[in-house]
Amino acid sequence: MSDDSCMISLRDVSLTLAKRQVLRDINLEVRAGETKIILGASGSGKTTILRLILGLFRPDNGSICVAGQEIATLRERELPPIRQKMAMVFQGAALFDSLTVRENVGYRLWEQGQMSNDQIEQIVHESLQFVGLADTKDKMPAELSGGMRKRVGIARALASGAKILLYDEPTAGLDPINTFLIGSLILRLKAQQVTQVVVTHDLESAFRVADRIFMIHKGCGVFDGTPEELRGRDEGVIRNFLVPSGSAPEAARGSAPLV
Amino acid sequence: MATKAWAVKHELMGYVLVVQEFTLLAAQATVGLLRRPLYIREMIIQMDRIGVGSLFIVILTGMFTGMVLALQGAIQLEPYGATMYVSRLISTSVVRELGPVLAALMIAGRVGSGIASEIASMQVTEQIDALRAEGTDPVKKLATTRLVACVLMIPLLTVVTNAIAIFGGWLIAQFYLGIDPYFYWTWAFEALRPNDIMIGLFKPAVFGFIIAMVGCYAGFHTRGGTVGVGVSTTQSMVSSSILILASDFFLTKLFMAFE
Repeated sequence: MSDDSCMISLRDVSLTLAKRQVLRDINLEVRAGETKIILGASGSGKTTILRLILGLFRPDNGSICVAGQEIATLRERELPPIRQKMAMVFQGAALFDSLTVRENVGYRLWEQGQMSNDQIEQIVHESLQFVGLADTKDKMPAELSGGMRKRVGIARALASGAKILLYDEPTAGLDPINTFLIGSLILRLKAQQVTQVVVTHDLESAFRVADRIFMIHKGCGVFDGTPEELRGRDEGVIRNFLVPSGSAPEAARGSAPLV
Repeated sequence: MATKAWAVKHELMGYVLVVQEFTLLAAQATVGLLRRPLYIREMIIQMDRIGVGSLFIVILTGMFTGMVLALQGAIQLEPYGATMYVSRLISTSVVRELGPVLAALMIAGRVGSGIASEIASMQVTEQIDALRAEGTDPVKKLATTRLVACVLMIPLLTVVTNAIAIFGGWLIAQFYLGIDPYFYWTWAFEALRPNDIMIGLFKPAVFGFIIAMVGCYAGFHTRGGTVGVGVSTTQSMVSSSILILASDFFLTKLFMAFE
């Protein structure tokens, strides 16, 4: 790790899945309390980075540090304590179908068994209130809309008390109101100095919430900096991604220069 | 020619890999019993689903099996004037072979495919990843609990099947063949040896292991969205049925060697 405030760092990370190189020499840092956006087209490897951070995938080479601990070399049974420092909001929310909203949100706390039922109920209530869904406690996930499911996913992440929140396409497939609502939730957590990594290809949300943006193209990091710096860049894939209308055919052919 | 040899080798390697992964999953699920948390509540839920939920189909299976055996047995025994011994034939064949195998095949259709489709759905909707992200071992939470429930409940369901089959045979013996009930019940129980009861309980426990582990294996290895869920469910049903029939043969040979 380059400095003490760094919560997550990936160094020269590469990954091959099903004989396809998904990530190549990725270098990424997320500081404590920072909201980092990972931006890129679909299939560029954004979600894979989140899965590497969670230890769901093991890199072919390189180093991954989370809260000061190297996780790339850990075995599956050594990972749960590290994973409990993080919480992930999955793209499809990934709520447990067989559990109610209350049981989903308090899942980790009940699993850990370190708090009384009343304490957990209180945290569940506060988390659901934070996302504006306090009245859905007894509903099953199947009874919720897409936007509500994502917000319950965020409530589950909040209730876990994790220091690091990871979001996988939190606004994908949502209407503008829900998109704005989830952006606002991320901003409120940012104000509370929660470390957040948000994978998205939604530019408007990205620029609204980001402290720093990491951009990835075909498995390679092509930019790491502030939103203002990204806006000022005018080369290759970055321009094509930010202003797709003028150069969409070029991007679609995959012939755009890397930088 | 070389290409064909390579394809055969590749195919064989695929089968070896499946056996290796299946063995690993079975070992992990079994070892899961030795480590906390034990998920007792989940085990009880599964026992209820598998045990109480399957009661109706095993009662029907037992009833019709016993009735058919009485009818067919009477036809075979009649030329020798031994119709009154039909209960011997029913009790030994049901307790040693037909009860365990038919009950297991019916339960494989209902429970095994249910386990596979439930876990497969969780796999394709990222719920398995969500479990891992929450610091839960999905094998322990999903496979160990179902393994315990199947190994404990399927022998009990087989006892019910056996009892109902002998009762069904009595209905035909009493009302169709006109056999004295005293003779029927006396010969039904006298024909059984302690060894038969042992075999009749050991086989269903093995079949329970097969049904649970094949279902879990198919579920955990699901790929390809909702189509994959269908494929896994079918594979689980077919594989567990074949494994039940094959293992029945080897278990019978094994017990014969000890008799």
